[in-house]
Amino acid sequence: MDWVNGILQGALIGGLYALFAAGLSLMFGVMRLVNIAHGDLIVLAAYLGLVVVQTLGLSPFVSLVIVVPAMFVLGYFLQRGLLNFTLGGDILPPLLVTFGLSIIIQNALLEGFSADSQKLQAGSFETASLHLTDQLAIGWFPFVIFLTAVAVIAMLELLIYRTALGRAFRATSDDSDTARLYGVRNRHVYALATALALSVISIAAIFLAVRVNFDPASGPARLLYAFEAVIIGGLGSLWGTLAGGVVLGVAQAVGAQINPGWESLAGHVAFLVVLILRPRGLFPKLVD
Amino acid sequence: MSSAAAPTPTFQIERSTRTSWIGLVLAIVIIALLVSVPWWGGEDDLRLIVEICYTIALAQLWNLLAGYAGLVSVGQQAFVGLGGYALFGLTILAGVPPLPAILLAGVIAAVIAIPTALIVFRLRGAYFAIGTWVIAEVYSEVLGLIRDLGAGTGMSLPVAISRQVGETRFDREASLYYVGLALGIGTVAVVFAWLRSRQGLALTAIRDSETAAGSIGVNNDRTKYAVYLLAALVTGMIGALIYLEKLRISPDSAFDVIDWTADIIFIVVIGGIGSIEGPFLGALVFFALRYFLADYGAWYMILLGAVAVVIMLLAPRGLWGLIADRFDIHFFPVRRRVRLE
Amino acid sequence: MTALLATFGLTSFYDDFQALFGVDLAVEEGEAVAIIGANGAGKSTLLRTICGLLPAPADRIHYRGGAIGSLPPADIVSRGIALVPEGRKLFPSLSVEENLLMGQQCGRKGPWNLDRVYSLFPILKERRRQASTSLSGGQQQMAAIGRALMTNPDLLLCDEISLGLAPIVIRDVYAALPGVRAGGTSLIVVEQDINRALAIADRVYCLQEGRVMLEGRPASLSREQIKLAYFGV
Repeated sequence: MDWVNGILQGALIGGLYALFAAGLSLMFGVMRLVNIAHGDLIVLAAYLGLVVVQTLGLSPFVSLVIVVPAMFVLGYFLQRGLLNFTLGGDILPPLLVTFGLSIIIQNALLEGFSADSQKLQAGSFETASLHLTDQLAIGWFPFVIFLTAVAVIAMLELLIYRTALGRAFRATSDDSDTARLYGVRNRHVYALATALALSVISIAAIFLAVRVNFDPASGPARLLYAFEAVIIGGLGSLWGTLAGGVVLGVAQAVGAQINPGWESLAGHVAFLVVLILRPRGLFPKLVD
Repeated sequence: MSSAAAPTPTFQIERSTRTSWIGLVLAIVIIALLVSVPWWGGEDDLRLIVEICYTIALAQLWNLLAGYAGLVSVGQQAFVGLGGYALFGLTILAGVPPLPAILLAGVIAAVIAIPTALIVFRLRGAYFAIGTWVIAEVYSEVLGLIRDLGAGTGMSLPVAISRQVGETRFDREASLYYVGLALGIGTVAVVFAWLRSRQGLALTAIRDSETAAGSIGVNNDRTKYAVYLLAALVTGMIGALIYLEKLRISPDSAFDVIDWTADIIFIVVIGGIGSIEGPFLGALVFFALRYFLADYGAWYMILLGAVAVVIMLLAPRGLWGLIADRFDIHFFPVRRRVRLE
Repeated sequence: MTALLATFGLTSFYDDFQALFGVDLAVEEGEAVAIIGANGAGKSTLLRTICGLLPAPADRIHYRGGAIGSLPPADIVSRGIALVPEGRKLFPSLSVEENLLMGQQCGRKGPWNLDRVYSLFPILKERRRQASTSLSGGQQQMAAIGRALMTNPDLLLCDEISLGLAPIVIRDVYAALPGVRAGGTSLIVVEQDINRALAIADRVYCLQEGRVMLEGRPASLSREQIKLAYFGV
């Protein structure tokens, strides 16, 4: 039964990976930009949460009220002020600039907060469990994470497929020149996409900060998990990304059950297996 | 508008320029100087020069991959680590003498690169980049599970094996020095020779426009595989040398993305992607910055990152790109000029 | 009376390649102007420059008296100039209706809305939820025109709307244009099909290698003159 519980837990934690991945997916979908600093921005949001919690004495989840809008604004200006200048066809500039950004953020956090491990506390909620049957139990916290992921992805889908902004995102992604002809202001639209992406990952960041220890060097691993969830799920589909997150979470849980040191590796192996057998992912949608 | 038959212009293809002859002379002088160092330099000097040599070598390889073949890899540390562990494995577990083991370690890295490439080439662009990083992590974690190679905490190289390199300290340091020098010079020579060759022309075509290159018959995939394998081979040898010198290996160190990838990328970006001269200039800047600022830890890295970002935005072909354009200097004659007569 | 749109010695470049050499063109309010010329004459370049996709000095293009040459495309469409691009360029990720709705992004008010576009092109209403890529060539052309109409333009630029279509389909597409003009919209039509162009236009310009070779009312231009301006032989 330990196995089943562990796997259930893993599936729910997959929601966290899905949130990480949704941000990456959004930026790639709209502007073909893969942000190497993605994981470090997650960690930055976590530290922001830490600051808010420590200075204002709020609970981590309440801190979202400040962290999410702050990351929204940061994302807007990051795209508008820096990343927009890297777009334009060649893949090197966005990759290398975001890589440089990643190093800058990691070291800035190191300077500001030292290399000490940090964690946000949410009290007994972190370990409270919900008993489904006599032997089956899931943690409340992972369950909430999963529900949040579903809710966020549902809202993103609504935004992308039912609003004018969403049409602008999709049109710009298809053909940015023609989109401009019909009134879309690219620089602004791209900035909104990044703002949205960073808002989504900041929610995930607070969950992460409550769940595990983090430090300035925690970013790259998060980037890799987000990336793996996107590839496993398939490019172009947010629900696919949720599925990808769940698969990754389950794979890691299975690995951890066999041997705690194998958690991360198991996830990587699952990713490689999908890449070899189904290179387009499990639920691809993208028409490229 | 009709045109009367005009005489077909004749032309010559020129390769060398005046600066390239100067470059050749300079190179010979510098190499001669470097060969003589063990007789007048100290151990620290030797180590530093080896470090500069392999750093430049890694930068040239990354430049070949990213600047020419369009393969932006953020996972070359995989082959440094594989080479290092192969060396430890070969010498400790299989009794291979250390210096030949360096070459063998490179071969092992290249062999592992074959399935690696098959997997990771399924990804494109930035996703390819992250994919290479994941692969490096996988190798790191797998090697971290092997007890005989020290598992997660790593292991030291037995003194007996060091002794096999040379009986005296001078012998050891000098031997490793010459291996490092050979690797550095050899890598630059191989990269230069490749770019001068028809393969190199193919690579430059791929760099300029992959679709156009494919349409005139350049076998893009085969060329890319070849470049990737070459990079793995040499990077593996470099990894073996590095850890033969360091005498101690661990997964965290051998697969460190900052040391073996971030620093290298910064060097190539700052110096100039897409030219052989660029990595030299970038290495100069890098080592100078390190000399003056290493005490400042995180600020040094922040500065390095910021300089790379600024250069990428304002001078995409790096500092060398600026110089070469301004003064039309090319030390390594890989370009072909058509001279009409 | 100031022309609705006027260009003065307009030049245009693709990097180092000069595509337009001093083009003077004017469109009066309510007019339909046709631009004809061989491939590569610069017709599409001219439309793209007017729309802001290609850069131009501010005062080389005047619209309602104001200099618009250097404005970005989003500003130009919000002033009332809409382009139906060569090759249709519908958005593949969007359905037919969503493509039409893109016309509302610029926020201009006017008589054109989904209902009016659907009554002009009923076939689009039938297929409104389908992927735009599933439409036939003629239907896609109608959707592209509809999308531009949704911006409520005062000046509609049509770039080779007959390209790749069968004659009977071209006839259906062109049949919609009088309805557009009746709503007060002026037209610039770029056409390879000279007869079509002459039939619809109040005035015709003929371009050759980036220069205006001929200009006038269709009735006053002879076949010989047109042939000379078109081919230059």
